[in-house]
Amino acid sequence: MPIREGIYGLLAEFDTPTELVVAAKTAYDAGWRRMDCYSPYPVEEAAEAIGFHRNYVPLVCLVGGLVGLAAMFLMETWVSVLAYPLNIAGRPLFSWPAFIIPAYEWTILWAGLSAAFGMLALCGLPQPYHPLFNAPNFRSGAMVDKFFLCLEANDPKFEVAESRSFLESFGPVSVVEVEY
Amino acid sequence: MATKPDLPVSDPQLDPKTGEFRVIAPGYTFKSVTDVISRIVLTPHTPMGWFFGFMLASTICLMLFTAVTWLFLRGVGIWGLDIPVGWGFAIINFVWWIGIGHAGTLISAILLLFKQQWRNSINRFAEAMTIFAVICAGMFPLIHVGRPWLGYWLFPYPNTMNVWPQFRSPLLWDVFAVSTYATISVVFWYIGMIPDFGTMRDRAKTKLAQYFFGILCLGWRGSVRHWMRYETASLLLAGLATPLVLSVHTVISFDFAVAVLPGWHTTIFPPYFVAGAIYSGFAMVITLAIPIRTFYHLEGLITIRHIDNMGKVMLATGLIVAYGYSMEVFMAWYSASHWEYFMMWNRMFGPMGWSYGVLITCNIALPQLLWLRSTRVSPLKMFIMSLIINTGMWFERFVIVVTSLYRDFLPSSWGTYRATRWDYATFVGTLGLFTALFFLFVRFLPMIPMSEIRMMLPQAKVTAEPEAMEAGD
Repeated sequence: MPIREGIYGLLAEFDTPTELVVAAKTAYDAGWRRMDCYSPYPVEEAAEAIGFHRNYVPLVCLVGGLVGLAAMFLMETWVSVLAYPLNIAGRPLFSWPAFIIPAYEWTILWAGLSAAFGMLALCGLPQPYHPLFNAPNFRSGAMVDKFFLCLEANDPKFEVAESRSFLESFGPVSVVEVEY
Repeated sequence: MATKPDLPVSDPQLDPKTGEFRVIAPGYTFKSVTDVISRIVLTPHTPMGWFFGFMLASTICLMLFTAVTWLFLRGVGIWGLDIPVGWGFAIINFVWWIGIGHAGTLISAILLLFKQQWRNSINRFAEAMTIFAVICAGMFPLIHVGRPWLGYWLFPYPNTMNVWPQFRSPLLWDVFAVSTYATISVVFWYIGMIPDFGTMRDRAKTKLAQYFFGILCLGWRGSVRHWMRYETASLLLAGLATPLVLSVHTVISFDFAVAVLPGWHTTIFPPYFVAGAIYSGFAMVITLAIPIRTFYHLEGLITIRHIDNMGKVMLATGLIVAYGYSMEVFMAWYSASHWEYFMMWNRMFGPMGWSYGVLITCNIALPQLLWLRSTRVSPLKMFIMSLIINTGMWFERFVIVVTSLYRDFLPSSWGTYRATRWDYATFVGTLGLFTALFFLFVRFLPMIPMSEIRMMLPQAKVTAEPEAMEAGD
């Protein structure tokens, strides 16, 4: 990643989720797109407010589950019919009802792993460093009891003084510049 | 449920609207919740009681290491296994431990899907309990195979012997069920802890703790975009863990039900095994939760409501188990099968009839006290009840395994079963291992999910529709 300099964005701190949602909604309606909200627990309304309606975790999970199902069922069939045919009490070699159970377990295994790791990948995690951690008030509150709205500098609407007064109009606890 | 008239309505423990016990005591803020929970981990002062308990548990765990070492040196002959009882303590303990684990998944997954918010205080350590129980459980089949260093033969992999596993066997289904269960439980548990690790990273004072939690939290920063994906993933994992937990004990019951032995060959086994698993698991959650909330003063977060609700779940699942027992007896008579009839008679009145008596007393008779509210709201009574139920559930597996095997079709092949000291040492040792792991968990990881508790506080709600607020601006 290239070394970036300058301002990452402007970070406004709020005490309540309601204030955050109002600010985020207003900013989104004013045309802001490169922004994000930060909260110590999931605030669904804030995600809606910044236009984040849908995510792809379910799709990743579905694909993972189908891959797991197919992989196990095909392996069982291959092993039992072709690679190592065994006569077990005269049952047919392709005794698919018995194969359902491991295939079912693997559907769940792969779907679960895909959901978990897919979620992390879609979030870009792990990412131990992030410019927001440079903000003086972020790490003391974002994980405990404060709500943040960050307007990012790469949004075309971003202009330091103007954006700052825009954020201050919502009555936040503070507005700080976040350095890279 | 309405309150009893003898309870004062002004009791701060009670919700004035519903009259039920509150899930969380009033007066908590985001900050105080975080403080109460994270302090237990981040404090440099470990309570003496912790050291004492951990030492005791580790000592018992040493017994397990000794027993297993001796087992590896001498083979399974040191156990009381023989023909006809070729499945003994190892399988009993395996099923018992796996069953205990199931309540953790039930609390974390099924109750999440049903939006039972009261689960939030107890789900983390119930999940931890699941993992530690699965560790204890998984060990038993492994050390039972005789040559545990060849345990990987259970898995299908290309090998120079050119042999493959036999996919029509329930024992192989078990391999996949239990390994999937262990993996998904660990993943679910870890994913659930990531936001709390973020909190711990930011609150840790020592460099070591900052690095430790900083690595574990994967750089979590609470972005609402991440939160939404995270919530979706949690729901999906819960949705997947639910059929998984039901299938795991079903598959375990197939180990028995697919055999033709009287007492095993029955279709009631899958549902009744699952209900029994949840029954014993909730009992174990109570066994753990009551001392923890007292020791760490978490009565405001793990409230009487939790204990009361768990009592109700135990009562319900206990009745399902009771139905399973009565169906077994009924079918023994109704099937008109001589072998089934004899098996049931022998189970009740044969030389090991005492174990059936213990089972009925602990699992059916005494738990009827859970109908009484006074039992369910008393931590001490519930603690004792949980121990009784866990004993009863262990005997259930003992009855199923041993009393079915020791007198089967041919009287000439009858025998008996007597566990050796190594059987007991291994079993008691796993209790030590489980407890020791749990002590490490409560000391080093946040045992109550902080982010989920914050979500439950009244101030967590976004109070008005954003549009309405804007109009007011």
